[in-house]
Amino acid sequence: MRTMAIVRRVFKQMLRDKRTLALMFLAPLLIMTLMYFLFQNNTTQVASLGVHHVDQSVVNVIDTKNVTIHHYDSSQARKMIKQHDLDGYLTQKNGQLTITYSNSNPTNTSLIKASLQSGLVKVKMKTLVTVTKKQRAALESQQAALKKLTAAQTQATVTKLKTAIAQAQARGDQATAEKLQKQLKQATATTSSSTQSAKATSYTTKSHYIYGSSDSTFFENFLPAFLGFFVFFFVFLISGVSLLNERTTGTLSRLLATPIRRSEIIMGYLIGYGGFAIIQTVLTVVFTITVFKIHLVGSIWLVFLTNLLLALVALTLGIFISTFANSEFQMIQFIPLIVVPQIFFAGLVPVDGMASWLQAIAHIMPLYYGANALTAVVTKGAGLGDIGVNLLILVGFMVVLTMLNIVGMKRYRKV
Amino acid sequence: MATDYVIAKQVSKHFGHQQVLNQIDLTLPAGMIYGLIGPSGAGKTTLIKSILGMEAVDSGTVKVMDTVMPNRAVMAQVGYMAQSDALYETLTARENLTLFGQLMSVPKIKLAQMIDYAAGLVDLTSQLDKRVSGYSGGMRRRLSLAIALIQDPQLLILDEPTVGIDPELRQQIWTELNKLKDTGKSMLVTTHVMDEAERCDYLMLIRHGIALAEGTPAALKQQYAVDTIEQVFLKAGRMQDANDGNR
Ligand SMILES: Nc1ncnc2c1ncn2[C@@H]1O[C@H](COP(=O)(O)OP(=O)(O)O)[C@@H](O)[C@H]1O
Ligand SMILES: [Mg+2]
Repeated sequence: MRTMAIVRRVFKQMLRDKRTLALMFLAPLLIMTLMYFLFQNNTTQVASLGVHHVDQSVVNVIDTKNVTIHHYDSSQARKMIKQHDLDGYLTQKNGQLTITYSNSNPTNTSLIKASLQSGLVKVKMKTLVTVTKKQRAALESQQAALKKLTAAQTQATVTKLKTAIAQAQARGDQATAEKLQKQLKQATATTSSSTQSAKATSYTTKSHYIYGSSDSTFFENFLPAFLGFFVFFFVFLISGVSLLNERTTGTLSRLLATPIRRSEIIMGYLIGYGGFAIIQTVLTVVFTITVFKIHLVGSIWLVFLTNLLLALVALTLGIFISTFANSEFQMIQFIPLIVVPQIFFAGLVPVDGMASWLQAIAHIMPLYYGANALTAVVTKGAGLGDIGVNLLILVGFMVVLTMLNIVGMKRYRKV
Repeated sequence: MATDYVIAKQVSKHFGHQQVLNQIDLTLPAGMIYGLIGPSGAGKTTLIKSILGMEAVDSGTVKVMDTVMPNRAVMAQVGYMAQSDALYETLTARENLTLFGQLMSVPKIKLAQMIDYAAGLVDLTSQLDKRVSGYSGGMRRRLSLAIALIQDPQLLILDEPTVGIDPELRQQIWTELNKLKDTGKSMLVTTHVMDEAERCDYLMLIRHGIALAEGTPAALKQQYAVDTIEQVFLKAGRMQDANDGNR
């Protein structure tokens, strides 16, 4: 049970190091919260739009809570934008609207664009509605007249036919009587059918979202990748620095002067720091789900499992990389080289659209597989079968790195 | 007589172009304090690490407890105190001792008792629950020694055990080492302090990786016709330099 002795030591050391604990457990929550507010649809952003000689009906619909309207007496858009620090300027000549964007702030440009577009659609709809209303009124009166007319006509035809039938029957001309009877039926039938078509069909639109909901945001889409990234980053850093310290203070060499197996040391690290990674994952996942009301489609256990595997890969990678560093500062230097590039391949940029050599790089990044699996579980409800390949590849990374670490420790003891 | 605890034969080792150990022979029987003396850089630490199997040797063989080194299991029978203190700073002394006790397979029921024994020997009993980060250099050294004693080993390999320890406590530690010897234990101790050399049963003078001379302190003094080990050392060193010059 030498492994457990190492595990207990790792736990004790971590629990004593309050700052590292705080970094590991609170920093992800802090960053998540920051991201949540940063990537929310920002409704408080207001763009200023100058208008000149624009129909009031148009101005009314553009004037939303995201756009404030200022009226000016000049048609020189460029000058007015500069002079009054506007985000856009709208002028009208007859039916032609001309918009000029300052575009110094793309967000405000898009706010005006959206307002203008939806506003114009509204205007169109309104005119359409008034037109239809008029048409309907006309149509209805026409129909009423028509109805009266047809009723009268039918009545006339019916009486006419009826007398004809009676005449035919009196004549004893059975064939003619039957023919007329049929016509009579038809005449009465048309009256009943013409009343039906008058009712108009109205459609209601209902939207369905397969993934996420109508308020799915950037935050929600990239949350799974970030969950993986946090665990990866912190575990990599903490385990790497920790083993580095063990090496530079000589305790690693001292440990190896006991009958402990090299694999027992590595296992102790895996279990010890893996435990903290689990706590971190549970904390971060539960926090985001409950506080931000994130919709988790798949199983929370698969999220934990994937994160645990990612943590173990980060752990073994951290230990491996630490053998190339001689100080904590040198360990930090590996972060932009090893950790940061991984975030780009974690789904922030679609890998499918990358150049083929970049795609090749993506496939040697553990976070690529981890983020794939996490995104699939969180947003699409993927099961173990769907993400199995990703998880197996992570296990592969872990096994290979563990072997390398065990062999690498031969430097300190030959057996 | 019991078997020899350590038998090293013709051990050679080099780092880069530097020959650090040159065909060293060393035999340590049971019940003896064996001193390795020499200036720093002589190769004492390297020899010790080679004996423990932590350093690969170029040629020669080492047997500890009749087992060819390197061997993992034999480590449990050797109490080792490294030259530099390798302690977990954020843990208390007791926790450090517990950890190494567990790694050395000390039975759970005996562990508390062994911690008390080892701490008492180095006079740390009252400071056991203090974190190592608050320890002075001398206290760290004593804790390292206590860790070497935790599994009550038959063989102790101590690399400069008394550096930074005040004279009074040094005296005390040597008394304890002698007591341990009387129970049949053996110690391989390196030092570059000459008065400590006088306390050893047997000495090996090592310089530039070469064993210059060996014998009991009395025999060495007689052989070189001087009064102190220090003078033995100086004389032997001069002779080595003269030989090198002649070559
Ligand atoms: N890992 C190493 N790499 C290169 N040279 C080393 C290494 N360890 C020790 N040496 C060199 O070997 C020589 C002997 O060192 P050491 O055995 O520590 O001496 P001592 O313990 O007698 O002071 C020194 O010159 C030292 O610089
Ligand atoms: Mg030394």
